[in-house]
Amino acid sequence: MSTSSLTDAASDSDFDRRNAAWYIDKLVQVLVFIGGISAIIFVVGIFVFISKEGIGFIVGRFDFVEFFTSPYWYPAEDEDPEYGILALIAGTASVTGLAMVVAIPFSLGAAVFIAEFATGKTRETLKILIELLAAIPSVVWGFIGLSIMNPLIIEWFDVPVGLNILNAGFILGLMAAPIMTSIAEDALKAVPDRYREAAEAMGATRWQVIYKTVLPAAKNGLLGAVLLGVGRGFGETMAVLMATGHSINMPGSIFDSVRALTATIAAELGETAVGSDHYMALFTIGISLFIVTFVINLTADLVVRGVRKG
Amino acid sequence: MNFKIVFFCSMLTAIAVTQSAQARELIQNKGSDTLVNVAQAWAEAYPEVNPDVAVAVSGGGSGTGIASMINGTVDIANSSRKMKDKEMALAEEHGQHPVEHVVGFDALAVFIHQDNPVKSLSIEQLKDIYSRKPKVRKWSDMGITVPGCKDEIVVVSRQNNSGTYAYFKEAVLGKKGKYRQGTLDMHGSKDVVDLVEKTPCAIGYSGLAYATDHLQTVCISKETGGSCVEPSVETASDRTYPIARPLFMYTNGEPQGAIKEYMDWIKSDAGQCILLGKGYAPAGSVSCK
Repeated sequence: MSTSSLTDAASDSDFDRRNAAWYIDKLVQVLVFIGGISAIIFVVGIFVFISKEGIGFIVGRFDFVEFFTSPYWYPAEDEDPEYGILALIAGTASVTGLAMVVAIPFSLGAAVFIAEFATGKTRETLKILIELLAAIPSVVWGFIGLSIMNPLIIEWFDVPVGLNILNAGFILGLMAAPIMTSIAEDALKAVPDRYREAAEAMGATRWQVIYKTVLPAAKNGLLGAVLLGVGRGFGETMAVLMATGHSINMPGSIFDSVRALTATIAAELGETAVGSDHYMALFTIGISLFIVTFVINLTADLVVRGVRKG
Repeated sequence: MNFKIVFFCSMLTAIAVTQSAQARELIQNKGSDTLVNVAQAWAEAYPEVNPDVAVAVSGGGSGTGIASMINGTVDIANSSRKMKDKEMALAEEHGQHPVEHVVGFDALAVFIHQDNPVKSLSIEQLKDIYSRKPKVRKWSDMGITVPGCKDEIVVVSRQNNSGTYAYFKEAVLGKKGKYRQGTLDMHGSKDVVDLVEKTPCAIGYSGLAYATDHLQTVCISKETGGSCVEPSVETASDRTYPIARPLFMYTNGEPQGAIKEYMDWIKSDAGQCILLGKGYAPAGSVSCK
């Protein structure tokens, strides 16, 4: 935005319109432009920052095969520290997977009920309550996992420790469900009423209308809701740290304790010397997490676009 | 997240201390969870000795304290393990010159659930439970049935920056030893105690000062079948307990001024008696009233 071109444009006109309103207009344009591209600046900035902190490890100690295929994460040993994140990836993936198993039926069911069946007061109350559920801080969910779910799981399933994939997956499912419900409900609401009216005119029952007409029409949005939930699962830290048992372990069943990538960074980063191998290895995990979420979002975008075209 | 919490707490402490004590000298003290209760007690008692000095204490683990020392953000770092050579080198690189002070000893107690019939374990047996390729995964492997437990041992450990973690590894698994997978890595001695209290199958370790009435401490012998020693302040003091460790404080360079006075007071009878009162063994012989 060069000033010379602005003055040229102004001198061409018969009268000078550069009064206060004109300047405010330009200022707002610039501010809105900065606001618009700020997301790009932040994303690039964050990526550059974590890459800068992790690069020393990647070019130095980093062993690609060990990092991604060894289940041994013991970075604080004096001799022969081990930097393998396979067990941590397995932990994150298993907890997120179980969370989706819990959250998808819950949230889609709730969304269908709110959007298609509930009316009036029921509907408004439900919407408010679900938003309230979304507002519960993750550390409080962690408390629930630690002090309520833990003894319950021990009692019901007769396992030695209740801090495991089941606990964390269930908690995480409940955490992700409200947001997924909101997005899914918006997607269902966006289906034009004439679709429903047409289906009903054909003699479809209420369930047939939903199952055959509304859900297929809203599948982009529903897919978006699910992927948002997956993203939430991958990124969640505090509740997962408290409910998984924080144990480096290749899970064999849902009653095994595991450890998540995010929880490892949260538990260890503040306590490593800046610039040590351990510190940089944690940033390398950060880079991996960043790339994974980036790929998830990109795939989601491409899938949704593909669906839209077809 | 933990870093933020620790940082926030230390900021709060710092603010609270500076506000109540204008123009006083502030000593930043941070590190070992094992030492944090004692460090807190020292900091609370010290104003009576020298009202012009305030001490801000925070925990977080030995690794936290040492990392802060290396990064130059504390005056005194508490640690329940020796600084590694690598850390010393890193500190020198950052322009810090950590000097070691032994301020006491601590018996590292092995905890089991109240209902567990085990009375004593040897270092060898602990090694079988904790090492990388564990020979013992079930209580029945040692011929023990624990009421309320299906058999599998729930092995509780600490997060890897903990001094307790590092000391236990060296003392039990040996210098080159490594922990097995699948241990529950607790973020603090208190968490270990809480979990073992509630879990019949569990075994865990922490400083003796964290022991409660709701769990048992195991009598430790050097060899299987040998005579065992109960963890206590006395057995830690006379070094008969096999897994007792020194507790360290690190200062940047030889302490001077207010920090020197504080360190001298800690090592004096007055300071050492406070340490004794918290359940740790003093560094030398002391006489307390």
